[in-house]
Amino acid sequence: MLTLEPVYLLIGAFLLLAAALDLRSRRLAMAAFWAILSLPFLAGEAILAAARHGTHWPAQAMGIGVIALGVMAAIGDRRPSGDEAALANTREAEAIRLGNRLFGPALLIPLVTLLVALAAQYGPAPLRALVDAKQSTLIALGIASVVALAVALRVTGARIGAGLHEGHRLLDTLGWAALLPMLLATLGSVFAATGVGDAIAALVSVVIPTDSRIACLLAFAFGIVLFTAIMGNAFAAFPVLMAGIGLPLLVQRHGAHPAVLGSIGMLTGYCGTLLTPMAANFNIVPVVLLELPDQYAVIRAQLPTALVLFVVNVALLWLLAF
Amino acid sequence: MNYWPLLGVAVVVLGFALRRNPALVVVVAGLVSGIAAGKPPGELLELLGTAFVNNRNLLLFVLTLPVIGLLERHGLRERARGWIAGFRSLTLARLLVAYLGLRQLLSMLGLYDLAGHAQTVRPLLAPMSEAAAAQDEPLDEPTRDRVRALAAATDNIGRFFGEDVFLAFAGVLLIQGFYAGHGIALEPLAIGLWALPTAIAAFVIHAMRIAWFQRRLRRVAERRRDADA
Repeated sequence: MLTLEPVYLLIGAFLLLAAALDLRSRRLAMAAFWAILSLPFLAGEAILAAARHGTHWPAQAMGIGVIALGVMAAIGDRRPSGDEAALANTREAEAIRLGNRLFGPALLIPLVTLLVALAAQYGPAPLRALVDAKQSTLIALGIASVVALAVALRVTGARIGAGLHEGHRLLDTLGWAALLPMLLATLGSVFAATGVGDAIAALVSVVIPTDSRIACLLAFAFGIVLFTAIMGNAFAAFPVLMAGIGLPLLVQRHGAHPAVLGSIGMLTGYCGTLLTPMAANFNIVPVVLLELPDQYAVIRAQLPTALVLFVVNVALLWLLAF
Repeated sequence: MNYWPLLGVAVVVLGFALRRNPALVVVVAGLVSGIAAGKPPGELLELLGTAFVNNRNLLLFVLTLPVIGLLERHGLRERARGWIAGFRSLTLARLLVAYLGLRQLLSMLGLYDLAGHAQTVRPLLAPMSEAAAAQDEPLDEPTRDRVRALAAATDNIGRFFGEDVFLAFAGVLLIQGFYAGHGIALEPLAIGLWALPTAIAAFVIHAMRIAWFQRRLRRVAERRRDADA
């Protein structure tokens, strides 16, 4: 059965190649950065297996690697590659030569992802047995990337080396922003393991007047937004706020409808996701990808929608849950 | 109750407020929180290491970079711009609202990883939005950046407020799992359906904001034309 493991190995190999290319052009800090980042992909399964069997040093070494990555992200320079403007003319010429054929490979990524994911979920049994259903979308995305690259090479007439070179260029443009989502998810795990959530829930329940239904509802709504903004993820905030306020006060004491509270409560947390740099893959990575000068440009564009939607969510909770 | 681990949260808030490098802020916050909780160094390092490995699926988008980079080198963004400029009646609002609706519908079907900032926004949606916004008047740089940011925001909002309707979505299962753990049995269908009102509200609110954004662009362009005339 196809799991994510070969996809991870492919990512690891690509990162290692990026490290080698940076090493060749004497960008040592960048080279070391990508080399360390390739470790969880090339050796991740081995690290996890060792930790399960009581051998702690590989995971600890990876922990030191995480700290090193954070430090290198802060001191490393992000020199943009200067050939962008010089290549503008070639790009224009190529756009005219290839025309709409350029869209084909780009659209193949979602299309192949869709087909493989659907086949793995609902296809005939032998097809379903081929792909691990739990991770089918991510595996499908991996397959789609490879298929699309092959077609893109045919369409453009470029060599595979050119594709890897361009991928490396984009990777260097992203720099530390590529790493941030993984680091933030790691921080979420550390916060959970050190009892940060419990401490916040304890603080909140000391402050609010529990007899008032509206006070409990507002504390829950503001709490889940605030906690989501801190953790960068509504999934991390949800159990904390539900255990602290939602279940004991809103459901059990004031009789809120559990499905309504759970569903709209989670979506209230999503308003917080739109507001926080901690949700890096949604709010910071696109800033770098779109080369925007303001680090918070995407958050600013989302702010009014998030605030109005927050008010709507609170109103919906008030009307539908009780 | 040990409140000292909250120092980690303080580090995050302070670090982001002072605009320090986010990667470093996050690593320091993790270390502070761990040390404040009294974790021995070996245990803390192991926690960092295993959590980092466990979350490696978040870097999967990296695999799309060679295709996107190659196509961009051969003029994908220029072509996307040129193609949209060919449709005189396609406005920024129509393009972004259609994308918003489509993204929400696809997310509701569980296809939320179909689009994204690396695979669709940078190579396609952002240049198309720029071209659509520049139909009347060429964009200056700050306005162009705001159009790009709005395109990215539209992708996020379309994804977020569609995915929770999908029954097998991790969020729906998390809600069901939480209640099941506390003795309340719920059907995923019930949870997914209650996400619909918010999904509709998100579409209406954001579509209106997109329309307003375009109207403001038009007004600025008209004023400039009047000033020139």
